Parts: sequence; C-alpha cells; structure tokens
Amino acid sequence: MSQGPSRRAALGWARAVVLPTINLALALALAAVVILLVGENPLRALRLLAAGAFGNAEAIGYTLYYATTFVFTGLAVAVAFHGGLFNIGAEGQAYIAGLGVALLCLRAGAWPTVLVVPAAILVAAAFGAGWAFVPAWLQARRGSHIVITTIMFNFIASAVMTHLLVNVLIKPGQQSPETREFDSSTWLLQVHEVFHAVGLEIGHSPFNVSSLLALAACALVWVYLWRTRWGYELRALGHNETAAVYGGIVPARIVIVAMSISGALAGLVSLNEVMGVHHRLLLNFPGGAGYVGIAVALIGRNHPVGIVLASVLFGGLYQGGTELSFDMPKLTRDMVVVIQGLIILVCGAFEHALRRPLEALLRPAASPGQA
Amino acid sequence: MSETPLIAALLAAATVRGAAPLVLAALGGLFAERSGIVDIGIEGKMLASAFAAAATAAVTGSAWAGLAAGLAASVALALAHGFACITHHGNQVVSGMALNITMSGLTAVLGNAWFQQGGQTPLLGTGGRFAPIQLPGTAALAGVPGLGLLYGEVVSGHNLLVYAAAAAVPVVAWIVYRTRFGLRLRAVGESPGAVDTAGISVPRTRYRALLVSGVLCGLSGAYLSIAHNAAFIRDMSAGKGYLALAALIFGQWRPGPTLGACLLFAFADAVQTRLQGTPLPGVGVVPVQLIQALPHVLTVALLAGVVGRAVAPRAIGVPYVKDR
Repeated sequence: MSQGPSRRAALGWARAVVLPTINLALALALAAVVILLVGENPLRALRLLAAGAFGNAEAIGYTLYYATTFVFTGLAVAVAFHGGLFNIGAEGQAYIAGLGVALLCLRAGAWPTVLVVPAAILVAAAFGAGWAFVPAWLQARRGSHIVITTIMFNFIASAVMTHLLVNVLIKPGQQSPETREFDSSTWLLQVHEVFHAVGLEIGHSPFNVSSLLALAACALVWVYLWRTRWGYELRALGHNETAAVYGGIVPARIVIVAMSISGALAGLVSLNEVMGVHHRLLLNFPGGAGYVGIAVALIGRNHPVGIVLASVLFGGLYQGGTELSFDMPKLTRDMVVVIQGLIILVCGAFEHALRRPLEALLRPAASPGQA
Repeated sequence: MSETPLIAALLAAATVRGAAPLVLAALGGLFAERSGIVDIGIEGKMLASAFAAAATAAVTGSAWAGLAAGLAASVALALAHGFACITHHGNQVVSGMALNITMSGLTAVLGNAWFQQGGQTPLLGTGGRFAPIQLPGTAALAGVPGLGLLYGEVVSGHNLLVYAAAAAVPVVAWIVYRTRFGLRLRAVGESPGAVDTAGISVPRTRYRALLVSGVLCGLSGAYLSIAHNAAFIRDMSAGKGYLALAALIFGQWRPGPTLGACLLFAFADAVQTRLQGTPLPGVGVVPVQLIQALPHVLTVALLAGVVGRAVAPRAIGVPYVKDR
C-alpha cells in the first residue's frame, strides 16, 4: 500500500461519514416503499417526521430524551460487538436494572438526592451486568450460543417482571401493573427545570440530567476500548480470535468482562426512564430500546461519537414517529421498527456490498500510481 | 383416576400440535445451517409467512392461496438473507436479526393499514384455513379402550400441515443422508473449500439450501395463522423461531434428535398451559407468568450443555470467499 496519510484519511472519512449517509438514505428509500404500500406520501411523511422531531424546543427535548436511552443501549451493543459478540439482550438487561432501581427508590424516600443518584447508578449497573453475566458465562464456559441465550433471557426477564409487577410490586388497590410513585427526592432533575433555575424558559419535556451520565458513559467506553489493556484485548479478540489466543489473551475472561460492562451500560437506561421520567416502574418500560441499540451501534460504527449522532437520529425517529402517527394514522409507531430493521439490514448485513464499490471509486483518485 | 388417560391423551395431542411448527421451522433451519449459513431469521420468516398467508386467505377465501403467499414471503426473505450472506459475505447473525426486526414492524404496519384491526387480520371462514382431518377408522376404533383414545385424540384429527410436519422428518433425513444434494449440503457446511475444488459451486448449493429453508419456514408460519389459528395476530410467532433454532442445536443438526427436541419443547409448553392455576405439591400455585417462561428456561438449560456440548457444522457463520 503506497497510500499517503492524507489519502488514507480520505478513505477513513468516506467510511465514517459518506458510507453511513448512503446507508441511511438507502434504508429510508426502502422505508418509502413501505409507506407507498400503505398508501401514504413518503415525502410528506418525512416532512411531518422531521417537524415532529426537531420543530420546536419541546420536540427537541423529547428527541434528546429518547436519544439518551439509545446512547446507553447503543454503547452496550457496541462494546459487545468489538469483541465479536452480539448482545441482543440489552432489552432484558435494561428491564431487570429497572427492577433494581425501583427497589432502591421505593426504599430511599428519606435519603438525600445526592446519595440516591450514585446508589442508583451502582444498582442499575450491577443488575444489568448481572443479567448479562449469566449468558456470558454460559457462552464462555459451556459454549451456549450467546445470541440465543440473550434472546431467551429477554423472554425470561419479561416473564419475571410481569409476575413481579402484577403480583408483588403493584400498588395496592390499583388495576394497572405498576409500582407506586417514588418520593420526589429520588427524581432526576429535568433540563427545563435547570433552565428555569437560571431564569430561562424552554418547552417542558422529559429530557433530564441522565443525559450527562450518557455522555460520561461515552467517554468511559472510549477510554475502555482504546486506552486500556482490557479494551485492547477485547478488540483483538473481535478481530481474530486465533491471533488473540496466540498473543496470550484468555477469551473466556474477556467475554465475561465485556458482556458485564455491556449489561451495565444497558442497565443505565433505567436512570433515564425510571428515575428521570416515569418515577415508577412500568410494565415493559424499555419498549424495544435494546433492539434500537443494535441499529444505533451499527450505524454509529461502534464508536461513541457515532453512537451519540445515531442516537439523536433514532430519538428523532421515535419522537417524530409519534407525531407522524397522529397525522397519518396508518403509519403507526411500528413504522419506526421497520426503519430500524432496514437500517440494521443495510448497515450491518450489506456493509461490504456498499463499502467495496465506494472504496473502489475513491481508490483510483486517491492513488493514481497504483496499477 | 379414570380421567388420567384422557388428560394424557389431551396432553399428547397438544404436544403434537405445538411441535408441528417447531419441527417444520427447525428442519428448515437444518438445511440452512448444514450448508454453513446461520439461520437466526427463522422467526422473521415464520412471521412474514403467517401474515402473508392470513392476509391472502382473508382476501381470497382460499387456504391454498394463503399457503402459496406465505411460502412466497418466506422464500423471498430466505433469498434476501442469501443475497446478504452468500453474495455479499455479510454477517449472518446481523442479517437474520435485521429480517426479524423488520418483519416484526412490517407485519404490524401493513396489517393495521390494510385491515384496520390493530394489526390483526380478519377471522378466516372454513374455506380460508386448513381444517382438522378425521383419519379413516376413527369411529370404528372409538370404542376400543386405550387405542381408541390414542388414535382419535393423538393420531387423528389434526390439520394437513401437522401431517406434513410428521412426513417431513423422514423425508428430510433421506434427502440429507441419502441424496447427492444432501451430501453436497453437508460437505459445503463442513469444508466449502473442498467442495469448491471438486467443481461444485458453493454459493449455488447454499442458495438452494436457503430456498428449502424458506419453504419449510413458510409452512411453519402458515401453520400458525391459517391452520392452528384462524387469523394473524401481532408477533404471533412469539419466539417460536428461536425455540426451533435451539431445538436444532440441541438436536445436533440431525433430523431425528431435532424432532425429539421439538417434542420436548412442545411438551413443556403443553404442560405449562395445563399447569396454569393448578397447585403443585409442595410449591403451591406457581404464578402464570413464571410458568409461561418454562420453555425459555428449558432452552437455556439445554443449551448450557446439560446433555453435552453441541458440535456445529464446521464452516457455519463463515462467509466463503473463493481464493484467487
């Protein structure tokens, strides 16, 4: 390879920016076909979606609230991906972590908020990591396929949580399966409250300070992956297991550590949802966020910066999709699930299909000397 | 105590009905995985087929037209999976999960837009679904103690697709172990390089395997919506595709043991349904929600190698790139 640094940088930029953009456009084009099948106008749908997601401060607040959740699940999936592991269980890990956070908040009414928040972070991470540890251990020590075990753990988490909410934790004398409201000392500060405190008024939305935790998590994940020995070993394992083992890396240990970190990140979702917004434990509160994390990680190319951008995109899709379904009742919020699946298909399954022609297109321009 | 034989017969019949879609889907997965392609998209293929079959049967009033539409939808997804994984060397697990997620959303969107029943399709009339078939001799044997019950409840009285599932097991075993296609199929999953050297196209063999997988998963999905039930319901595959895949792995990618694993899962599900609300000795009434998790817990336990580590086809999950 006789490419200079600037030429290689051009290829790097193509991979990091141009390719995801083309992928996204392709996925949206496929989604447009579905919208046509339903009998609606795709361009009008896109306009409504964009306006619903970014049209005013309130809408942007909702978009960023959804995005916060997706940063956590996206990071969770990405960490596992770097080791060649496919964590489909972020959904269940977030759900079980919600249980831990709720149990804490139900008892911590008298605690000062400064104590509740760090405790909740630890509990959420521990519960999420615990729910991911079992499939990880089974994969590392017993050879069970992690994809199937994590899917099964999602089903089991759902069953356990339904049981607990319907039969145990439900507020007495109430029909809907949810806990009582937590005491307000355990609620996370809303961003509009912060602005209000300094004299600024912005639209009310569930966007809360857990977004700062999400950004901190991004930084920590970056340090873990690219600045620690564990991160190096994980990436080595993901690139080439044979070479990693030859280099003295013990896959079993790396797999268990990475999956536990992945589960802990997914668990932090409950800070945004349970403590930040609902202030109680609701049935199925993750609402598919674990699966969104797969799409977010893929389109964000498993890098924290990409994951933040992809999360805002998906936050917009969720918020805009809700608004869209009011104007176009035929396009229910399931449409967002379709787009999510198409993005995973185009960015994940067909990643080589588009990357190779793009690189071939750039290479002659970048290295004219090559035959 | 005179009820015991009846309960046993009903339990066995429920097991047979529950196992049929698992067997069809798992045998479909067997072709894909034996050829070296991970088939985690079984769930999506089943869901797509269930929806296409029910929607078509509802519009045309014909179960056969519904079945054809279900097969077409499932085969189309199988080929899309092949296009990603075989032609473009994509990640097979990612591709399969993408299909599953897309189908979970798409069937809900289209069902809601076309039929306006919250994602459900209209209830099918008699012509629109495969009705139970009374095998000859049911009436004659009805009086015979034991045998009459066994024949009348367990063997007879199922729909066509249940018998198709039963017939598929020996047929698949014969194809995989006794035909030229079967030999090539197994070889391409173990050592694609060797197959290529022998002048046989690896991509073509894998595409053919996925085609068969599409047909069998299509039968399985159609079973759910136009044979076992009489409409499509949102997410009606409900993880059966994953259970089928687990049964395939637990069955060591062989037709006979896979059938056994499917029967085991279906039995766990039949017991689960029967146990709801019944107090267990020493435990009391187990909450419904926890009992429903039984097949999933069983899957985890089985895959954890309680019975022994599964040995997968050697080339599974690895895209085949021809050396230059």
